[in-house]
Amino acid sequence: VTQILKHRLFWPVLSLVALITLNTIARPQFVKITMREGELYGAPIDILRNSAPLMLVALGMTLVIATRGIDLSVGAVMAVSGAVTLTIIDGSATPGSTGTVLVAITVGIGVALVLGVWNGFLVAVLKIQPIIATLVLMLAGRGVALLITDGFITTVTSPPLKFVASGYLFWLPFAFFISLAAITVIALVERRTALGVLTEAVGINPEASRLAGVRSRGIILSAYVVSGTLAGAAGIIYSSNIMAADANAAGDLIELYAILAVVLGGTSLMGGKFTIAGTVVGVLIIQTLKSTILFLGVSSAQSPVFFAVVVIVVVLIQSPQVHRMARTITRRTQPHTAAEVRVDKEVAA
Amino acid sequence: MSAVVQDSPRARAAAGVQTFLNRHSSLMPALAALVIFLVLLIGAQVHFGNFMTPRNMSALLLDNAYLLILAVGMTFVIVTGGIDLSVGSVMAFTGIACASLLASGHSAALVIPVTILGGAVIGLLIGVLVQYFDVQPFIASLAGLFLARGLAFVVSLSSIRVENETVLWLQTTRFRFGDWYITPTGILALVVAAIGAFVMQYTRFGRTVYAVGGSEQSARLMGLNVARTKVLVYVISGVCGGMAGLVLTAYSGAGYPRNGIGTELDVIAAVVIGGTLLTGGTGYVLGSVIGVLVYGTIKTVISFMGAEQSWTRIIVGLMLLMFIVVQRVIVVRSERRR
Repeated sequence: VTQILKHRLFWPVLSLVALITLNTIARPQFVKITMREGELYGAPIDILRNSAPLMLVALGMTLVIATRGIDLSVGAVMAVSGAVTLTIIDGSATPGSTGTVLVAITVGIGVALVLGVWNGFLVAVLKIQPIIATLVLMLAGRGVALLITDGFITTVTSPPLKFVASGYLFWLPFAFFISLAAITVIALVERRTALGVLTEAVGINPEASRLAGVRSRGIILSAYVVSGTLAGAAGIIYSSNIMAADANAAGDLIELYAILAVVLGGTSLMGGKFTIAGTVVGVLIIQTLKSTILFLGVSSAQSPVFFAVVVIVVVLIQSPQVHRMARTITRRTQPHTAAEVRVDKEVAA
Repeated sequence: MSAVVQDSPRARAAAGVQTFLNRHSSLMPALAALVIFLVLLIGAQVHFGNFMTPRNMSALLLDNAYLLILAVGMTFVIVTGGIDLSVGSVMAFTGIACASLLASGHSAALVIPVTILGGAVIGLLIGVLVQYFDVQPFIASLAGLFLARGLAFVVSLSSIRVENETVLWLQTTRFRFGDWYITPTGILALVVAAIGAFVMQYTRFGRTVYAVGGSEQSARLMGLNVARTKVLVYVISGVCGGMAGLVLTAYSGAGYPRNGIGTELDVIAAVVIGGTLLTGGTGYVLGSVIGVLVYGTIKTVISFMGAEQSWTRIIVGLMLLMFIVVQRVIVVRSERRR
């Protein structure tokens, strides 16, 4: 039992299960999935589909955070890629053809990739603090997106684009397959090759890993490139969902939700060890919570209060101080242990 | 440093400048910001011909009073090496709370302290999370951001007009000196900046803030009260958020729960442009004041040019980039010297 309790994914998974259980008790139809014309519908399916943009962004964010960085620009990158893609489709003669849409999506993701390279260059080559380096693009990116769309909300009618967010494949939403593909590729590349270990090494101790011969520059740069590219894809899913490029609303606050998802999943903001599975669970927690809040009839504008409470509870659960307090309470009979722990902590500090 | 005695006065002057630069390298970014501010003003004056009018300059302070107050609080937090993302939301929450309390008939003498206290409480929450639960400032203040934004919408989903005379007096009164004028909100912002600068430079608490930012462990070993300082800077930032909420409510004549979305980024950008390093330990309140003025001037120039306001953020982003590269060069140079 202690091993299960100590597992890194224990608390995140427990939170998710608790959330789903509460929802099911409150409204039994929550877990009900219906089949209609070969397509599955229901609250869990909605969660899987609607979580796709956040999933992509959070996966990229996990890698960036593992290198001791942070990427604040993801929301702005989403806005830019959405604006680029929809402007191309809007300007083409055949907005409905699959070819046009594929070209537009490729260009949109390409622009996002370049923005990721830019962030990576600032952080890895110029060695600027990640939070401030990505703040530059966060501030400027939305302005650029507004210029691309001329300050308007560009709307298009294009069935192939609509398919990205609302289409179905094998009874399941297509957007779910996009996030599944991203999870699989990242998990394989990071965990079946040495890249993941090297990324953790860079995050745990950049100086030591450099002396050990790890090329930290390329690893850090690639983390930001992956984050930018995935944010670009997320921006296209978002635009496809509303069939419009809204430079102000696209990806609004998503950087904060993505960071929250990563932290909920158990990856520390201090960098180093990261968990892809944890991030996936974290994203699902956030999406389930959003749907719960909606169900409770709370205005979506007021939902941040719930997120604030969740953030505070989760960080307190993860806080070593609270663990120590809990330990001193449960182990009153062995006062020595607690004292030793405290000494250890002071030595460490 | 070469110890050769130099005779020619010019060489001595050059050496003197060099020594000044070396001794005051932490001042350089703030001075660079000042130069940029002056260049912006003069450039705009030459280009438009009617930019540096008393009216326009007075409006610069008036329009950016809330930003100035927020930047002072943010400087304290950033100098300790922390960050406060919650300021924009705190401003929205305290602003709408102030408007709502006034609308339900409470007197301004009661509402104003409550408004500021509201900001202080959220700041205290963030500070306690950071100091006593080892939560990273980014995440703790993120919780503060969500909390304050949500609470603002709990208070009211739409804007509330303010009709209280005392609060409106803050904005509508104009003390005139010829063509120049200043409002009580402007005076409040300047007083907050002056107090902030004084506290940072000349009080034990202010010097402790620098010490904590320079090296927390050294500060602790020196017997400085690190815990109290780190909690207090967030409370100060919260208090500034409360005051900014009051000022903004007076400025717009209404409380609105969507106020200040993204303001935290503008404030951080202004503070960084003013020469404060995000790593902590270096920075000046007066630098942040200049940073806010640079930000405000860019906004005014863009509205003068009749261009879209989306350019403001692009230019502020580019300027931020320029400043961090300059700061980076300074840091690298001082590291090489060691």
